Amino acid sequence: MRPTLEPVIHLRSAVALIGRFPALAGVDLDVESGEVVLLRGPNGAGKTTLLRACAGLVPVVSGVARVLGSDLVADRSAVRRRVGLLGHATHLYDDLSVSENVDFWSRASGATSADGRAALDRLGVASRLHELPVRSLSAGQRRRVSLASVLARRPELWLLDEPHAGLDAAGRDVVDGLMAEAASVGATVLFASHELERAESVAHRTVVVAGGVIQVDDSALEHGIPENPSRSDTEVSDED
Amino acid sequence: MRTEGVRGVVADAALVAGKDLRLERRSKVGLSQVLPFALLVILLFAFALDPDRRVLGAATPGLYWMVVLFSAVLAVQRSFGVEGEDDVLDALRLSGLSAPGIFLGKVAALMVQLLALEFVLAIAVAVFYGTEISGILLLAGVTTTATVGIAAAGGTYGGLVARIRGRDTLLPLLLLPLLAPVLISATRGTEVALGRDAGPGWPWVGLLGIFGAVYLTLGALLFRPLLEDA
Amino acid sequence: MTTTTTQAASDRRVAPTSTSSTATRVLGISSLVGLALLVIFGVFVSPPDAELGQTIRILYMHVPTVSVAYLAFLITAVGSAMYLWKRTEFWDLLAASAAEIGVVFFGLTILNGMLWGKITWGVFWRWEPRLTTTAVLLLTYLGYLAVRAIPADPRTRATRSAAIGLLAVVNIPIVHKAVDWWRGLHQERTIFGTTKPEIQGTQAFAAYLGLAVFLLLFAWLLIHRFRVAFLAERAAESGLGAAIAERRQEASESSATAVSHSEGDR
Repeated sequence: MRPTLEPVIHLRSAVALIGRFPALAGVDLDVESGEVVLLRGPNGAGKTTLLRACAGLVPVVSGVARVLGSDLVADRSAVRRRVGLLGHATHLYDDLSVSENVDFWSRASGATSADGRAALDRLGVASRLHELPVRSLSAGQRRRVSLASVLARRPELWLLDEPHAGLDAAGRDVVDGLMAEAASVGATVLFASHELERAESVAHRTVVVAGGVIQVDDSALEHGIPENPSRSDTEVSDED
Repeated sequence: MRTEGVRGVVADAALVAGKDLRLERRSKVGLSQVLPFALLVILLFAFALDPDRRVLGAATPGLYWMVVLFSAVLAVQRSFGVEGEDDVLDALRLSGLSAPGIFLGKVAALMVQLLALEFVLAIAVAVFYGTEISGILLLAGVTTTATVGIAAAGGTYGGLVARIRGRDTLLPLLLLPLLAPVLISATRGTEVALGRDAGPGWPWVGLLGIFGAVYLTLGALLFRPLLEDA
Repeated sequence: MTTTTTQAASDRRVAPTSTSSTATRVLGISSLVGLALLVIFGVFVSPPDAELGQTIRILYMHVPTVSVAYLAFLITAVGSAMYLWKRTEFWDLLAASAAEIGVVFFGLTILNGMLWGKITWGVFWRWEPRLTTTAVLLLTYLGYLAVRAIPADPRTRATRSAAIGLLAVVNIPIVHKAVDWWRGLHQERTIFGTTKPEIQGTQAFAAYLGLAVFLLLFAWLLIHRFRVAFLAERAAESGLGAAIAERRQEASESSATAVSHSEGDR
């Protein structure tokens, strides 16, 4: 077990390449256990890549990258079972039903079918939809099913890429509730969002990503003064 | 989380195979597209080779296995096409499923579908080409071992091309030359079984068995790097 | 400043201006001399075969080209396995370079086989074991080259190629067995009538000379091809430091607009 004092996410000068493009160009980030951290930033900033890198899907080619005590540079696959990633796509098999999808993904992660069903209920996916093929669902409903798969895994680290996107107000409330709940049981949440008002009310902390690096952290924003962008060469250390 | 070791691999394979077969049962792509395609090619061969001229009858074993190979390419396309959509491959990597488990599961599902197809095609060939079936035991041996090899090679290459954009044209180019010895062996074995050739048939089964075992093993070993990086 | 392993590697390397070196010059010159000797011995000095007549002379090229091709694909296989184990670029480039050369030599083998066929049988092609096997294997490795040509990041391309390199090499003995049995059933004799034509004296010398010369030629080609591939990789990645700086520069550009605009738009 990892020592409780080590941050759940610890990145120093992390560089990640997509092909030969440096999507992450030297990221410094620390996230403690139980935190809910919001990633803000313009499109193309590297938020998605940062989330995927923490999930162990994108290789970190230099710098330090430790997630849940695992060294991602050495072996990025070890951490995967312990995280839950919600990406832009929904990871669902179109021709299978909702319950078949969640059942498969739950059992693939080592959870049970019961966990899957409970997750569907929690996400507010109506029972009448459970036996329908996923292709007949709306985008928002698919999103909920995808989130249910993440929930069923009971991950230690939640990595959510725009979890509010495509959901109605009720759905967004559910997502907020899930994130708060996760934090309260000691899990950690890192999520990217453009829904700033709602997101900042849920998040303990906000981090701005731009140009493949962490641009600004919450402490500076609280004072209403963004960090001078030209100082991006120096490390902007996070508080706590 | 998941059980490690051999039990883990088998359990993973069972889960994935179940999912693939359930997918086929729901979408019926094999039944409504691949099988009709195979029957169509059987028909087309009859047009091309003229049933009255005896050529068709003589060429039946070879034509049969050619149709099986082409259908197998389609089946592999379908099997990995669903994984290539919607970032499912990412989800597979994130799940706790072992890569050899995923591979064996997909191979098992492919085998089931191919065996069903081969059975129906055998009947079609008996009816339309007037083939007399004999040497059932040898036929079963040939068919089973050949199918293992086709599914194993197909499963490996399917995983390799899953993320490539031009995979539809690339897969046949990669898979079919590799399956050339399967075509040769299966056809010769079938000819012996049907009494058209005098030679021993079981050595061909042996060779097919070796092919199957080799590619099953190699595929299982290669699937992890392929799932990860290919 | 951010330093990456790749950037450090580029800093370490010296920038060569060509792929030649003393070693390649020695190999190149000895190959040329050897080829000249081979022509002299193979075409003029050695006597025609009792059974095969003048056509035995093609043997002096045919056996070397096919042997070198097999050696090349063996190197590809080793390189592929080593890459999957060590994940270093050297093995990937070695495997790919060898495969390319192997395909060329397979092509040469088929060509001189067809030439022999035309002279001896009057037709360019017969389904005899050696030609048939070579044709199948040629197609297999063309697939390797096709996958290699697909644009992808280095690791992806290397992994795909390595997988094919191993899958293909394992198929070689199986194809041989299947084709030999099959064509043997039809009494199809190998390209030279008997499996091993009896050769003596200058004929034997020419045969071994041919093998040696083509091995030298192969080594020469391989080293050059490898170096070209290596330089291509260096050229492709040399921009990483600049790319990182440029990437971080986006931050200042977007921050300027972020201060004044809300980020609600997508």
